[in-house]
Amino acid sequence: MYVYDEHDRQMAAERVAQFRDQTERALAGELAEDEFLPLRLQNGLYVQRLAPMLRICVPYGMMRSDQLRRLARITRDYDKGYAHFTTRQNVQLNWPALEDVPDILAELAEVEMHANQTSGNCIRNTTTDQFSGVQSDEIADPRPYCEIIRQWSTFHPEFAFLPRKFKVAVNASEHTDRAAIQVHDIGLQMVRNEAGELGFRVHVGGGLGRTPMVGPVIRQFLPELDLLTYLEAVLRVYNRYGRRDNKFKARIKILVKALTPEGFAEKVEAEWQHIKDSPTRLTPEAVQRIQAYFTEPDYAVLDNATDLLASQRFENRGFDQWLTHNVDTHKKPGYAIVTLTMKKTGTPPGDVSDKQLEQIADLADEFSFGEVRVTHQQNVVLADVRQDRLLELWQAITPMDFGTANLNTLTDVICCPGGDYCALANAKSIPVAEAIQRQFDDLDYLYDLGNIDLNISGCMNACGHHHVGNIGVLGVDKKGQEFYQISLGGSSHHDASIGKILGPSFARDEMPQVISKIIDVYVDKRTEEETFLDTYRRVGIDPFKERVYA
Amino acid sequence: MPNVISPDGSIRQDNWVVVPRPAEGESLDIPADQPALIPADLWLAGYEHFTGRQDIGVWFDSHDEPEILDGRVNELPVIAVNFPKFSDGRGYSIGRLLRERFGYVNELRAIGDVLLDQLQFMKRCGFDAYVLRADKDITKAQKCLNFFSQGYQAATDTEIPLFRRRAS
Repeated sequence: MYVYDEHDRQMAAERVAQFRDQTERALAGELAEDEFLPLRLQNGLYVQRLAPMLRICVPYGMMRSDQLRRLARITRDYDKGYAHFTTRQNVQLNWPALEDVPDILAELAEVEMHANQTSGNCIRNTTTDQFSGVQSDEIADPRPYCEIIRQWSTFHPEFAFLPRKFKVAVNASEHTDRAAIQVHDIGLQMVRNEAGELGFRVHVGGGLGRTPMVGPVIRQFLPELDLLTYLEAVLRVYNRYGRRDNKFKARIKILVKALTPEGFAEKVEAEWQHIKDSPTRLTPEAVQRIQAYFTEPDYAVLDNATDLLASQRFENRGFDQWLTHNVDTHKKPGYAIVTLTMKKTGTPPGDVSDKQLEQIADLADEFSFGEVRVTHQQNVVLADVRQDRLLELWQAITPMDFGTANLNTLTDVICCPGGDYCALANAKSIPVAEAIQRQFDDLDYLYDLGNIDLNISGCMNACGHHHVGNIGVLGVDKKGQEFYQISLGGSSHHDASIGKILGPSFARDEMPQVISKIIDVYVDKRTEEETFLDTYRRVGIDPFKERVYA
Repeated sequence: MPNVISPDGSIRQDNWVVVPRPAEGESLDIPADQPALIPADLWLAGYEHFTGRQDIGVWFDSHDEPEILDGRVNELPVIAVNFPKFSDGRGYSIGRLLRERFGYVNELRAIGDVLLDQLQFMKRCGFDAYVLRADKDITKAQKCLNFFSQGYQAATDTEIPLFRRRAS
């Protein structure tokens, strides 16, 4: 994992001092509210429905155990003793006091954490696959490139006041896309060209929100070392020509659509020709220097524990289910990737207490070289667990409520904080998630249904990624009443697609029944091998419509 | 007379006047006894008349294209870029293009909604004169220009990004 050097430490400390000064000037009335707004947003601080909310950056989802412990302490000292894992691999505090935020940022900086650019119209946290570096089918480890992008985008003087927020995601696996790159402002797919050289396929202009779009490819192959100059060209074109007259039309996707992807690509290429050989062009040494931080941990030389696991599974059905659903194949023999689910029914998806944060830190130290990864599905991954210790781990996490074996099933809901916490929301999202989780509490039935992405957003801003849920739920406001609109057929994976709206919206208490009817249609229509999405794509939306609105 | 802040935070006064874009059918109202900044496209339109004058500079609005002056930038003693609202970041790109692409070497002045917390970005993007919005405390400019001792990226102020400095 990346470790700060003296330059990073110095800039982190300077940033805290700067924000302390800005906060003092804001509290003294020297900064108008709208002048302070972008400054605090770019330090992670929202003012929400009930209190300020602080979004802390977890660069590409990676955290060390000492950082988790510090977060736990911060939630105790400055907040109400819990935190929330977001759909952007970040962590949020829901109740910090405005005047405490500089102190919180100083405490974070001590453990090499920050809240830089987690909000505001700037380049946000770069996200990637939570299985980076431990899966066998990746082109290369994407995390060094995410770190290179993080450094380039941090306090970038030209791009601090973009037309709108800007999100970059990197994916390196050939077969899966856990980073949902095609619904980002820039999606980078790592590829090798025919000569075997490393590079990126560049998607630009994907996104969710009001105008959901799958990002078109504007460059099939961008050589590795050209990464930053090309990003700079894309951002410069966007900064100069993106719309600023209408907030809802200000994302880069609108510009790409207006110019057409080809027209946009031409503008970027023209800009890039001027800067591609500038000193911002990466050097092999610079890449290697960052890569050196992401080397393999000190793995033991092991064989796969196939026989041991088989007998343990045989003796313990709960362990068997958990192994099937929450444990993934690791590139190293004898190791496994474990996902701790933060989705116990009755708890808001992604919420963790200070105690749980410390438990996760202890688990990371004990079982996974002291590191964890936060997923955009709001779960936590222990990436390097010995197979012969899986049973021990499972026994440890079951009483901690991290062992719900529902990963990727219908009840592994992605959900924004919604109207319970967020000032933007039209409707509550957490109670809908909970009602659906209660309706589908039979694990065997969930397993029979297979992988289904259920994504819930409390408003059009789509923090719950509802457009790309196989089943998407969007909270809407109808004359002051909370209603929920359903869309079907979305996907955030390699086969990315935007869901189609089913029809008129429903009241909250109708939602579990409606979801049941949708699931019933799938069960009736599916062939043996079909997932929910396969069936939907084959039969279309009409059978679902007929059943739900019958 | 505007107070003008320099990159080192020192303050001086000068008497450059920003001449607004005239309404349709009207002509430029250039003061007789003061140096003036006029809209860049109008300078170009009256090139024969204005060229060589050390008391005439130009200004760009944030949606203007600095490309129109390519090859002629150094004929101007001052170029200003207007920030119509502090949150409009187009001026930063204009600044870098003027300096890094078109090789402009004379004064580059930030005008308009120029606030303390934007000075550091302007400085890195090639601006070397800042006219702070009148209601802001100019004595804090020096501090706000110097919160950071370095940056990660190359920009106008540093051609060499940190990753290359680290390697050496």
